Amino acid sequence: MTIRFTKDHEWIKLDGGVATVGITDYAQNALGDVVFVEVPDAGKVLEQGKDAAVVESVKAASEIYAPVDGTVLEGNAALGDDPSLVNTAPETDGWFFKMSIKDMAQFEALMDADAYKSFTEGL
Amino acid sequence: MGDTSLLRTPLYDLHVERGAKMVPFAGYDMPVQYPLGVLKEHLHTRARAGLFDVSHMGQVRLRGADIDSVIKALEALVPGDIAALAPGRIRYTMFTNDTAGILDDLMVTRFEDHLYVVINAGCKTEDLAHLKANLPADITIDYLGDDAGLLALQGPEAAAIMARLLPEAATMGFMSASTAVIDGMPVQISRSGYTGEDGYEISVGAADAEKLARLILAQDGVEAIGLGARDSLRLEAGLCLYGHDIDTTTSPIEAALNWTISKRRRTEGGFPGAGVVQAQLAGGPARRRVGIQPEGKAPAREHTEIQDLSGNRIGEITSGGFGPTAGGPVAMGYVDTGFAAVGTDVQLIVRGKAMPAKVAALPFAPHRYFKG
Repeated sequence: MTIRFTKDHEWIKLDGGVATVGITDYAQNALGDVVFVEVPDAGKVLEQGKDAAVVESVKAASEIYAPVDGTVLEGNAALGDDPSLVNTAPETDGWFFKMSIKDMAQFEALMDADAYKSFTEGL
Repeated sequence: MGDTSLLRTPLYDLHVERGAKMVPFAGYDMPVQYPLGVLKEHLHTRARAGLFDVSHMGQVRLRGADIDSVIKALEALVPGDIAALAPGRIRYTMFTNDTAGILDDLMVTRFEDHLYVVINAGCKTEDLAHLKANLPADITIDYLGDDAGLLALQGPEAAAIMARLLPEAATMGFMSASTAVIDGMPVQISRSGYTGEDGYEISVGAADAEKLARLILAQDGVEAIGLGARDSLRLEAGLCLYGHDIDTTTSPIEAALNWTISKRRRTEGGFPGAGVVQAQLAGGPARRRVGIQPEGKAPAREHTEIQDLSGNRIGEITSGGFGPTAGGPVAMGYVDTGFAAVGTDVQLIVRGKAMPAKVAALPFAPHRYFKG
């Protein structure tokens, strides 16, 4: 299992050909209390850097971007009942959607854990 | 640390010390939330009590040869019935323009010898210029500026907490004000607020502001609350935010603020835009501010289009978000008058999709003001 990160603070974890996408602990901390999440439906075609999901705090709505090109396999239905999972378990149960990856080169080009750690330390 | 181009309230250091997330607001570096977070700050205020720094707002004292001339002068700029105020009483009103648009909303307190008004931070410069240009020359405009801080203690425990510091606060009527001394600090205290809860607003000298804030924060039941929760609290309480729910394009009648204009002022007029207000009172305004209850879980934010069920545009959300006490999305906005009845089905266009919603009664969280 390998994990990559985007500059928009999404993580994408690859496990047996299925990628799971969510937002990082850094991102949930910046957003504050998450009160609503809109995840994409299965079959939705995603384009790297374009809107894929929406996360809302009490204060504002934020777009979540597709970290790579691909197709949605499943949205995390649990977030509909408990959006606060994004705060309490951002990198596990608070995942947003699973997707297939169209071009592995896009995935490989994203930051690894060390690079992302340095990136956030520089913010 | 911090943006030095921004102004700071007397409590800036205290906010930073408490770990607040500071953001620019109306030219000030203000706490949007503390480590507790917006959601818990909101719920804490409704459950116990919250302390807000509202020192960025403008405090002004208006004086003249006698109080009646000051009242008369201010009444020429606002539709509120200032003459009906007994000494120590407060009224909510607004500065209007010639088309009955709202220049700002304000609180007016009548004291024995002067009027004290509190205006919005973002409107201070314009309001002061407006007062200077339109009040008679013999009325003096004393803007307290950086000399004074303003704190708000809000919530069901506010009265009990304040009584520990100032016993006479417990029996103050809602929308009344007086001067007092708390632990050696001269203050002006009013029973009022912007959350729908019982509470107080306390004007204090800048040099004493931090000491007073620390004294209040040291009381059991009090948490510091940021601007984020201040906004969600006032939205649930159905209270207008200037520049969003009311502005120069909305009249007090369209904004459903009819209750702020007495029978005498409706009849006599004598304020800017009185003709428009009278016509709208007689014939009904073309649109009206209403509560909007989204039926799903998605919040509808400001500028969200409101449509009838046939897809025709009938208005727009002016404040919308998640109401922690309501436990779901809440909003308010303007709709064409034919759709303003509570219970009317409408739809909201959120990210290109039509979401079902209903026109709802305001407030979303019942007001719990002190009834004496």
